[in-house]
Amino acid sequence: MTTKRIVVGAHYGLKDWLAQRVTALVLAAYTLILLVTLLVTPTLDYGSWAAIFGSGWMKVCTVLALISLSWHAWIGVRDIYMDYIKPTGVRLLLQVLTILALVGYACWAVIILWRV
Amino acid sequence: MAEMAGRAGAKSRPEFRNIHVSQLSSYRLPLAGIVSILHRISGALMFLVGIPFILYLFEQSLTSEISFENYRAIISGWFAKLVLLALIWAYLHHFCAGIRYLVMDVHLALDKDQARGTAMSVLVVSLTLTFVIGLKLFGVF
Repeated sequence: MTTKRIVVGAHYGLKDWLAQRVTALVLAAYTLILLVTLLVTPTLDYGSWAAIFGSGWMKVCTVLALISLSWHAWIGVRDIYMDYIKPTGVRLLLQVLTILALVGYACWAVIILWRV
Repeated sequence: MAEMAGRAGAKSRPEFRNIHVSQLSSYRLPLAGIVSILHRISGALMFLVGIPFILYLFEQSLTSEISFENYRAIISGWFAKLVLLALIWAYLHHFCAGIRYLVMDVHLALDKDQARGTAMSVLVVSLTLTFVIGLKLFGVF
């Protein structure tokens, strides 16, 4: 059995590069959606603010944005660790903590959203 | 022979190494470099401070009318406003610089002058918007 090895890398780089850009576009789109929604809301009080996130499609958009945000932040933060944190153990620890934080934040956001 | 040539070459060629943190202040970055490092700093800031702080405010603003009033009380403090303004700058810079990178990804504005121009635009747009939002945030208008 032979394993086909490619000398120029493991090729997860392209996938991450693309994911970073696609998630960026999703986040940019979400920013515009939220901005337009806020601009067409005449008065911002608790009622109108809660109504925005009470609607089903806004929840779906927000969850999509949250997934994109977590993925995007993971790639960016991991890149920072790869550049500045050289000891493997420390880097691994930071990476694990980052993943736990991001998944935790996403769960927290979903809990907040589904209370409305 | 090869060793001799190598040594002679090593003497005459300048050496380029990764710079040390202590040398950072003596290096003048080009505009694109400034935009690049700010992209990284703004991203790190949003990850470390932005996500937890904004989620906390999001929770306070959405949970109930009482917590909504609590949210308004929190963001009326000057320190919270300052943090918020830093995060707004981080978002705006990351947004504008990100669009610049997407444009460059499709091979537009790649030559030196254009790249410098777009880097300048990123700084002007993000800083101007931050300034205007800052005035609004601190109640100047």
